Amino acid sequence: MANYSDHGRDDGGGNRTMISGDSIRMEKLCYSIGGRKILEDFDLDLERGVNRTILGVSGAGKTTILKLLLGLLTPDSGKVFIGDLCITGLPESSFMQPRKRIAIVFQGGALFDSMTVGENVGYRLFEDGQLSQGEITKIVLEKLSFVGVESALNLYPAELSGGMKKRVAIARALAADPDYIFFDEPTTGLDPIGVFNICNLMQRLQAEGKTTLMVTHDLTTAFATSQRFTFLHKARMLFEGTEEEMKSSSIPEVREFLSPTDRSLFYDVQVTTEKQQEQAEKL
Amino acid sequence: MKLAIADRILLIFFHELQNYFILAGRAVARIFRRPFYYREFAIQFDKLGFSSLFICILTGLFSGMVMALQSLIQLKPFAATSYVGGMVAVTMIKELGPVLASLMVAGRVGSAITAELGTMVVTEQVDAMRVEGTDIIKRLVVPRLKAMLLALPLLTVVTDVVSIFGGYIMSAGYQINPVMYISGLPQFMVFQDLIEGVAKPAVFGAIIALTGCYVGLNTKGGAEGVGAAAKQAVVLSSVLILVCDFFIAKVFVVFRG
Repeated sequence: MANYSDHGRDDGGGNRTMISGDSIRMEKLCYSIGGRKILEDFDLDLERGVNRTILGVSGAGKTTILKLLLGLLTPDSGKVFIGDLCITGLPESSFMQPRKRIAIVFQGGALFDSMTVGENVGYRLFEDGQLSQGEITKIVLEKLSFVGVESALNLYPAELSGGMKKRVAIARALAADPDYIFFDEPTTGLDPIGVFNICNLMQRLQAEGKTTLMVTHDLTTAFATSQRFTFLHKARMLFEGTEEEMKSSSIPEVREFLSPTDRSLFYDVQVTTEKQQEQAEKL
Repeated sequence: MKLAIADRILLIFFHELQNYFILAGRAVARIFRRPFYYREFAIQFDKLGFSSLFICILTGLFSGMVMALQSLIQLKPFAATSYVGGMVAVTMIKELGPVLASLMVAGRVGSAITAELGTMVVTEQVDAMRVEGTDIIKRLVVPRLKAMLLALPLLTVVTDVVSIFGGYIMSAGYQINPVMYISGLPQFMVFQDLIEGVAKPAVFGAIIALTGCYVGLNTKGGAEGVGAAAKQAVVLSSVLILVCDFFIAKVFVVFRG
């Protein structure tokens, strides 16, 4: 695996900053909503250069992991580290700078409705205010060209297809040159060509030295883009390992997930609302 | 059991109240801090303020007309119809102008702010902004707060002026000439009333913006959640406007002596 330990990044003021302990990790993390456990004693270590996928059925809490890693949610207990900095319990303003090493491509793209594609992609650069308009436009065009949607520069998100939205979201994630890129269900709702394009983009990003963390239940995309896999089931990590280890795993839930023979696993997902819980109890 | 429920409701209420004031405090503290987002402020001023001008003119016109009509009927037996201008002006400038304009704007703008921010929350746009390193309060709340702080007093002044004009239209039918109508104004009003007439909508503007933003940023669920949040914001800001109106009036009465 390539060694990226000498990688630094510009802090916006022309200085190269290094954050020692070049990984993002979770330790003994617990998170619940309204008494329902979403994650329990969850550990994750995202090393630079090791592309990982978190697998699990819908509603298993995969997206929650990404939001916890980014400090968008506060865990009940446990710690989240970006580099050596423990961000748990810190005010958001104090970890904005280290968090800029990470970008995320949300499931629906999360493009800003009121801005054009160009403004969306250049958003962080405009916010930082370090570059001139011309320099930002150049970077925006370069990133849009990388994902193959440069013609959409002046369109609004409402005018784009689902696949184009995801590509623009990837371009936006790339604009500030992050070290890590998180993908939340990047291929959901796309046709096979769209899935291929996204996989291809992810592989190109990895070749450029970006580390990816993806959450998905799409095995084809996962095996095409990741080296390590984490399987989440009933709020706990049930498996962690390589593709080969996963395919030869004897854990029934993992085997069921890889080749479902009956639908028991899918009916085993924890209910999400009190109303659904009541209905389940009645049944 | 009932005590436990009441305890829980009170706990939630005070928790929400605390969060509301924390948001308000942070927003006010950031008004004078960079970046100022001038473009966002201009867009919000246009969307929230200028676009509400027409409904405020309509509100002012018909409120002034009905106020004058009812006053004229009451004053005629006492041969005191010449006081109608002053009555309309003092009622509209001190009370009805600020409250009616604010309620109309709350209905139109409060729901719009909540729906916009609520949609941004449920489509993860707010999360995306946070990840991009944006201070959400500075980017989303402060421009709306500043726009409302400036726009609502201006809209109220327009409402007041139009209502006085509407009152004159009705009074003209009762053989009251413009000079007689206008000359009644200083007899009923002091300078402090004008201050009260501008201070109230500034406070109401802050209430509309902050309530809209608070409810919008705490939206949960999908489209249904956004709809419920918009409704909640309008009801909450309307009630807060009426409650605050009383307390501001009381403060001005106390200072008047």
